[in-house]
Amino acid sequence: MSDILSPDLCGRIDAWLERFPAEHRRSAVLGALREVQKEHGHLTPERMDAVADYLGLPAIQVYEVGSFYTGFQHQPVGRHTVAVCTNISCWLRGGEKILAHIEKSLGIRAGESTGDGRIFLKSEEECLAGCCGAPMMQVDHVYHEDLTPEKVDEILGALS
Amino acid sequence: MIRHHNEMCFATLKHSEPWTLRAYESVGGYRAWRKILAERPPRRDLIEQVKGSGLRGRGGAGFPTGVKWSFMPDCEESYLVCNADESEPGTCKDRDILRFNPHALIEGMAIACYAIGARAGYAYLREEFIDEPYFRLRVALREAYENGMLGCDIRGSGVTVNLYDVLGAGAYICGEETALLESLEGKKGFPRFKPPFPANYGLWGRPTTVNNVETLALVPGILRQEPGWFDEVGTEKSRGTRCFSVSGHVSRPGNHELPLGTPFADLLELCGGVWKDRELKAVIPGGSSVPVLPAEAMMDLNLDFESLAAAGSMLGSGAVIVMDETTDMVKVLQRISRFYFQESCGQCTPCREGTGWLYRVLTRIVEGQGTEDDLKILEEVPGRIEGHTICALGDAAAWPVQGVLRHFRGEFEHYIRHGKSMVSPS
Repeated sequence: MSDILSPDLCGRIDAWLERFPAEHRRSAVLGALREVQKEHGHLTPERMDAVADYLGLPAIQVYEVGSFYTGFQHQPVGRHTVAVCTNISCWLRGGEKILAHIEKSLGIRAGESTGDGRIFLKSEEECLAGCCGAPMMQVDHVYHEDLTPEKVDEILGALS
Repeated sequence: MIRHHNEMCFATLKHSEPWTLRAYESVGGYRAWRKILAERPPRRDLIEQVKGSGLRGRGGAGFPTGVKWSFMPDCEESYLVCNADESEPGTCKDRDILRFNPHALIEGMAIACYAIGARAGYAYLREEFIDEPYFRLRVALREAYENGMLGCDIRGSGVTVNLYDVLGAGAYICGEETALLESLEGKKGFPRFKPPFPANYGLWGRPTTVNNVETLALVPGILRQEPGWFDEVGTEKSRGTRCFSVSGHVSRPGNHELPLGTPFADLLELCGGVWKDRELKAVIPGGSSVPVLPAEAMMDLNLDFESLAAAGSMLGSGAVIVMDETTDMVKVLQRISRFYFQESCGQCTPCREGTGWLYRVLTRIVEGQGTEDDLKILEEVPGRIEGHTICALGDAAAWPVQGVLRHFRGEFEHYIRHGKSMVSPS
């Protein structure tokens, strides 16, 4: 178990536990899974089991959270997560064309990662609340707004 | 004429670093909270003040905030929860309040905790805010603690308020208040049956008030203004200011905080009018779940709760989505329906199945395979979802369909008869 939850990772999970009354350890499930994913790249049954053990919960309570929220990945994905918003406000200003441009230039579809493990193009259904800068995308949760194909090429080209 | 532009939630925007404690204090920030800590008024007095201001919730439903607070019983353990899971398509005001004026939210949460008798409050932000908005809130919370605005027995007053920041993990449904509470408990975001309402059975089964970011960020301003200021801005039943997120086909999209009752035409002008010198076709005035209104109706409308209700739509989340003459309304509806289909949590059959039906039928029409029967399905299915589900996502999926059909039926008929759009592609 210790190779999944290092002392440093446990410390980060504890920081989420500290936000809640001691008897409500379950409240830290989302935070704990986020920390584990940040450390290991994606979730696996073993990693979720480790979280369940650490929080003292039945494994199912962790699995159902891991599978419900779209922020959790269960397969290896690229190092950088790119999420293009195509919801209504971005759609009206060409969000789908931006997504199509990225799919074409990277040679992958939304939901896939590039072969070199550099970029994960997240399949994004939710509006990302950047509507006044449409069309927009997030790269590792950083907002990039008022996009054009040229601007997108520049941003993605700079990713290591 | 535009009056009272960005005076409340966005009051710090005139500063070069609007998110700092110093910027906030220069616009009167923490004055109301300091006064409360010094005088320790009965909590019910504060509730009466907020009731008297006429403040209504800014999340979408518009419920009177003071009345909501008054439902909170006197008890040992109760909570305040701030809904910062902003995700109604078209809405991006809470993100800017978090980025540019996080202290207004913190002061609002502290005052709300005092008024409802809670010693702890949680701000639940959507995970996508983890970079800038969440970071700014964290820094501001640290500043507030370091400057003696939060903590146990604050400044020896006997008042204890601790505030915590929490992140979601990607789920539109968690913007629904009871789904948010489930998520805070570390569960999947399935909305709860109401009643019991959160004021009776909320976070961990304790009395809880859930308020939107903008609602809470308005509270300090209301308390520090001269009595009556907030009442006089706005209209009789829609008092005060409102943050409008204007997006879509305007020259300069942006967030603007303006008095409720501001004419839509003035807001459109503030955003540079319809882009590319085109004509206005339609507007979704309150986030993607409210019924669309055609240009003719919008240009005469004032943006307040009652005017929009009278026109058959809603003020909702304050997201004003503008569409020009080249917009294909059937495709707009298809895009919106795809979203609700994806985000239905699956708990209630009418929503889980109905949203899929709507999306598939709309896709069939857009692909030129639609039939007259499909129009009947579009007319019938929303009524079978609306009002038959645990939470309002079902209604939110139904209303846009009813709105677009009501005003743009001809576009559906054209698709069905000719297999293509009657609007030229932009």
